[in-house]
Amino acid sequence: MSNIVVDKSKVPWWVSNVIVPLVNLTLALLVSGLFVFIAGENPIEAVKLIIYGSFGYIQGFAYTLYYTTNFIFTGLAFAVAFHCRLFNIGGEGQAYIGGLGVFLVAINLSFLPVPIVWLLAIFGAFLFGAAWAYIPAYLQSKRGSHVVITTIMFNFIASSLMIFLLVDVIRDTNQMAPHTVKLPEEIWLPSFEAFSGILGIKIRYSPLNLTFLLAIASLFFVWFLVWKTKWGYEMRAVGHNTQAAIYAGISPHKNIIIAMCISGGLAGLLGVNEILGVSHKIQAGFPAGYGFTGIAVALMGRNHPIGILPAAFLFGILYQGGSEVTFEMPNITRYMFVAVQGLIILFSGALENLFRPQIESFFVRRLNREVNA
Amino acid sequence: MVSPILELTDINKSFGHVHANKNINLKINKGTIHGIIGENGAGKSTLMSIVFGLYQANSGSIKINGKEINLRSPRDSIINGIGMVHQHFMLVENFTVLENIILGFEGETVFGEKLQKAKEDLEKLCQTYNFNIDLDATISDLSVGFRQRVEILKSLYRGAEILILDEPTGVLTPQEVDELFKILRSLKDEGKTIVLITHKLIEIMDLTSEVSVMRQGEMVGHTKTEDTSKEQLAEMMVGRSVLLRVDKKEIKKGETIFKVNNLSVKDDLDVTRVKDVNLEICSGEILGIAGVTGNGQTELLEALSGIRKVESGSIELFGEKISDQNNFLNPRMLKEKGLAHVPEDRQRMGLISDFKAHENLIFGYHDQEPYSKSAILNNKEITEYSNKVMQEYDVRPNSPNLITSNFSGGNQQKIILSRELNENPKILLVGQPTRGVDIGAIEFIHQRLIDMRDKGAAILLASVELDEILSLSDRIIVMFDGKIVGEKENKNVTDRELGLLMAGVA
Repeated sequence: MSNIVVDKSKVPWWVSNVIVPLVNLTLALLVSGLFVFIAGENPIEAVKLIIYGSFGYIQGFAYTLYYTTNFIFTGLAFAVAFHCRLFNIGGEGQAYIGGLGVFLVAINLSFLPVPIVWLLAIFGAFLFGAAWAYIPAYLQSKRGSHVVITTIMFNFIASSLMIFLLVDVIRDTNQMAPHTVKLPEEIWLPSFEAFSGILGIKIRYSPLNLTFLLAIASLFFVWFLVWKTKWGYEMRAVGHNTQAAIYAGISPHKNIIIAMCISGGLAGLLGVNEILGVSHKIQAGFPAGYGFTGIAVALMGRNHPIGILPAAFLFGILYQGGSEVTFEMPNITRYMFVAVQGLIILFSGALENLFRPQIESFFVRRLNREVNA
Repeated sequence: MVSPILELTDINKSFGHVHANKNINLKINKGTIHGIIGENGAGKSTLMSIVFGLYQANSGSIKINGKEINLRSPRDSIINGIGMVHQHFMLVENFTVLENIILGFEGETVFGEKLQKAKEDLEKLCQTYNFNIDLDATISDLSVGFRQRVEILKSLYRGAEILILDEPTGVLTPQEVDELFKILRSLKDEGKTIVLITHKLIEIMDLTSEVSVMRQGEMVGHTKTEDTSKEQLAEMMVGRSVLLRVDKKEIKKGETIFKVNNLSVKDDLDVTRVKDVNLEICSGEILGIAGVTGNGQTELLEALSGIRKVESGSIELFGEKISDQNNFLNPRMLKEKGLAHVPEDRQRMGLISDFKAHENLIFGYHDQEPYSKSAILNNKEITEYSNKVMQEYDVRPNSPNLITSNFSGGNQQKIILSRELNENPKILLVGQPTRGVDIGAIEFIHQRLIDMRDKGAAILLASVELDEILSLSDRIIVMFDGKIVGEKENKNVTDRELGLLMAGVA
């Protein structure tokens, strides 16, 4: 066991919040490079491909931002619950049900003026996601059933429920696949190429759409909620010290419910991007693992919106650049990038404190020397 | 001239920018009881942790019996005959005494002959020093006093010649303290050297033959105990003279504000901890609750402040029933009625150590104006208010944005007190207001409580420090096993008398 004792108050914020995550990330990428090498490809070439794929041309960049949008929602969802010390593993299911909310609102109220339909659909996504998170929250606060267990189970329930609905209830009956009809085109969210078309730039199709701005707004919303309102204050109080919260007259029950509902609601917003913005219908399995990757995004971003944005962007790069690599390098399969993500989660989540004491004490000593000199 | 068994020369230790020990020189003679006294945060524990090998000094040397040694870990210290009994015991609760003592000790096994041998050796030790311990008893069945003996025995068994005790009496009843002191004296008579870290002057005067005083990381004096007095030591500790007794005006007792009728309360494990308690508190009065920790004071305070459910009986505030077994007001509602509560355990309940100081200063009042308006926290108001009260209560350092766990215990306590007293409560429940707080701050906190009393607040004070109860209270009740076993006007009451009540003997 290492004996390094670091006085936490002396560690500059940028060491623990920038340097340490960067070191962990670098390590994850180095190990990933090793994998690529073992698979018989040149890791440097792979990195070049990732950068080209995600930044090199405008359409690729648009794809990167589209993935980023999804990761922001699911990352924020995990972070909000985490401030109340709740491990919401159920982002996947909440996003799925959120998608149902978007679709039901949009298809049933499509006669209303378009911007109002959008607002109501966003609201519907939030509400459905929140409702799906409410049940585990209630079970946690009243019955003590751990949210980790219940939210995982609720992912399966959501998945089965949606398959049932997509096959038997809301399937587009003109075909056999488990998806719904398309929403009327006039209520689709404007896409990136529509915007660039106005500016006179013509680009090919990309799934990036107006939801990206909603994601940015959500970052502000979460920051404001958690640090600037009494609700956020109470949530954090319950998360840090439940006993003290009770002493101060703050209800843990109420705050667990609030935190989980907001968390579920944010996950639900993923449905806005996927359904109102991209595919315009509910397809079976559309959350496609974003809910789980959001956990890694939040952990890497240290549960703060300022960290979640670059973390979501990084995962966006990996998703988009990764598909470029698998396309160009036959030896690298899609699953390789699942492994890369796994490594990033491993190094920045599970092994987060592997090098933290050493790095922190290194900087503390160096800075002290500067002060003393 | 006796040669010192332990000699420290120019010890320096820093934690970041905090210089915890500055050029410390200390000589401890063989076969003495040496007291090290100082306020909390004076650097006593750091120094002893260096001697015990838990920390490494930045510079300086340590000599044992004139031989310079290098202590890299507690193992080195144990080999060199140094033993330490910590404030919080390091025992495995569900192991027996014997198992705890041989745990991790090299060369021993838990089977067969060697175990028998160990047991015999230990029994011999017990007899020599009159420990009176059953080696096969399970730790969880032992009282705190006995657990401490196990710790001492553990050190002795590992060959300790120098025994360091860090605040050993904090958790003991007066009778247990007497027993401990007897043991320590007999250890001394057998030639062992004892280092006693404390901030209680009485213990120094009672027990030690030499005393060293620390203040703000420096050693400010060494003296023979017989050549000094409590007042002189106190002055050295804080660097100025302090009042050991609080000046208090004659009581101006008003009407009864708070009334508790036949109250019973259960703890989390469904054990009845408060049994049929009746009490009344008037405005302008301090009612002290004396008692050894764990005799129901915690649960009583929690029930009165609305944190814990009332099992039976009722509580009245201003003649209005606020709690009985069917319904009770939550802490928030009680605050609105003018009740403030300084909880016993500040880390567990009074504040959130990961929050910034200003966030803790509004804790429980965070949803009231001006700190928040329509659910949005008003940063400007909060910062202004924080700066003001931190100055008023002399919280050091005066930085509202610092994370609370970086403040010393005394300053954390001041944060809680400033928060709870700021609203001018009509009734104030206070638990252990000065636990782990240094003398300078104690004086300040006591004065604040007296001021509140003179302004007409009704104050219920629970403390394990008899001195505190005796110097502040107008009336004293003693709790033992959840019941009130004695009630006295605070006139000519001795700590002896209270001590017997606290131990449940009288």
